[in-house]
Amino acid sequence: MHVRHLMKVRSAVYRRQAWEGRLFALPFILGFLVFWLYPLAYSVYLVFQDWDLLSPPQFVGIENIVSLFDDESIGISLFNTSYYTFIGVPLQLLLALALALLLNVNVKGQAIYRTLLYLPAMTPIVASAIVWLQILHPEFGILNSFLKNFGIEPINWLYDPRAAKPAFILMTLWSVGPQMVIFLAGLQGVPQSLYEAAEIDGASRIQRFLAITIPMISSITFFNLVVGIIASFQVFTTAFIMTQGGPQNATLFLVLYLYRNGFQYFKMGYASAIAWMLFLFILLFTVLQFKLASRWVYEEGAPA
Amino acid sequence: MGVIQQVQPPPTHAKAWARRFINGKTLIHLSLLALGFVFSIPLLWVVTTSFKGQGGVFTYPVEWIPTPIVWSNYPRLFEVLTFSGWPGVVFFFRNTFFISILATLGTLASSILVAYSFARLQWPERNLLFSLSLATMMLPTVVILIPTFLLFRDLKWLNTFMPMIVPFWFAVQGFYIFLLRQFFLGLPVELEEAARIDGADALRILWQIVVPLSQPAIITVSIFSFLQHYNEFLSPLLYLNAVEKFPMALGMRMFQGTYTNDWPLMMAASAAFILPTVILFMIAQRHFIQGIQLTGLAGR
Repeated sequence: MHVRHLMKVRSAVYRRQAWEGRLFALPFILGFLVFWLYPLAYSVYLVFQDWDLLSPPQFVGIENIVSLFDDESIGISLFNTSYYTFIGVPLQLLLALALALLLNVNVKGQAIYRTLLYLPAMTPIVASAIVWLQILHPEFGILNSFLKNFGIEPINWLYDPRAAKPAFILMTLWSVGPQMVIFLAGLQGVPQSLYEAAEIDGASRIQRFLAITIPMISSITFFNLVVGIIASFQVFTTAFIMTQGGPQNATLFLVLYLYRNGFQYFKMGYASAIAWMLFLFILLFTVLQFKLASRWVYEEGAPA
Repeated sequence: MGVIQQVQPPPTHAKAWARRFINGKTLIHLSLLALGFVFSIPLLWVVTTSFKGQGGVFTYPVEWIPTPIVWSNYPRLFEVLTFSGWPGVVFFFRNTFFISILATLGTLASSILVAYSFARLQWPERNLLFSLSLATMMLPTVVILIPTFLLFRDLKWLNTFMPMIVPFWFAVQGFYIFLLRQFFLGLPVELEEAARIDGADALRILWQIVVPLSQPAIITVSIFSFLQHYNEFLSPLLYLNAVEKFPMALGMRMFQGTYTNDWPLMMAASAAFILPTVILFMIAQRHFIQGIQLTGLAGR
């Protein structure tokens, strides 16, 4: 009797909890349906339409997808985006790691250094775009006047197709603060006993770094790499403000080209096709990284 | 290196100093000092330029302390780009704060409810929905840029703040749900169980027990969310066309378009735009670092 009563009470509690649970999750359920699922489905539909928002949409089959392959600008923006990502992200990670290693040493004023190195990442992106526009100015920018001290001739940063992408990458290096802090957390998580043991075995500083630090923070490196590539593939605001894709399309990145097609040429279908292509690229590289991860990412028995 | 350390000759003064310099922390100190300086240059430059006259910008070498110090660039921000008698910059900041605060409140209210449901309440479809919220983190928003624009157009939300605020009341960012859920899972469950036995419903438990205990996570989410909306450029660019509705991110672009060569004015505007984020960082630095480490390590 007692047990049956208890079970009855319990199932009543469960039922109540189930409804509370669903009710609490309702914002997400609605938000997911309206602001994620519906646009996603809509986006698939749009890929097969020709629509300029003025006349009704017209079904065109796979024409938008075929056009991707004929479009010279797609090739250019894909190249630019890849250049920016595959050269930029490794450099960002190297710098972030180097800074984190320096900050990991217990020196006086560490908090101040951390603040100085992190602060640039707090700058709103529009503000930093405008500031860098002037830093990179060929005649009056401080970068060129700084390089002049070393006898380097003024570089036409944003006006020279060869220098524009490096200039953009340089800009991203300025705001590696978040990656640096994540690396720092990883470094602080490496057990000190490992270093002590290695020191007793006579391992040099470099050996300790290569054999202990690098493997122990590899999951952090992996995280920074994956997140960095995803973010880098979606670069838009800086190019939109600083160069509008110029000079000679040297900073025409994929999202900028998508924006142009969608909101300047009003090709809703084609812009959606570009969006899906971008997504597939991001997905491809993310999956690839997860596949390769087992070769170099050290997991300490814990799931990722 | 180990060998050298073992055979220590009685150090003369200069040698000891040299060893400290090479082996010790001095080198690291110097590198940090140099790097800290290099990283600060752009922001220092913003500040000095904002106190220069038009001519002072184009001098070589750069004058780090402007002579004379020109104070008028900041007041000038209020004299340029006026709309219906009001300085544009007042509109821009008002709009930015309005959007950022409302969107952040929405993110907090909805994400806390959903995260609590995912963390503590038992219901059949829970895990499926939690995985869906994780999946949204992986999906670049660019993919749904066009259809989302069309959705807001159909809803007659163009040229209103709705697109920048309403979605965030529906926990659209899986990242914040994930972060809060992680934190809730780490809280001791006994208090909640005791309250439940005393007959408190889930909302009361959440409000009176869980929320007060979760202050660090809630502060972290507030800061990240606020900054994200303060920073946001693409949404207002797509959805707003009346200048008096522009947030500062778009307003900055107007300044830049109208006063391209007036660097001191531009830099005064930039400094004004950057200042709140710097203050926020100074106040909440600890939460920042913790938040980044928590979310970073959690696998955003």
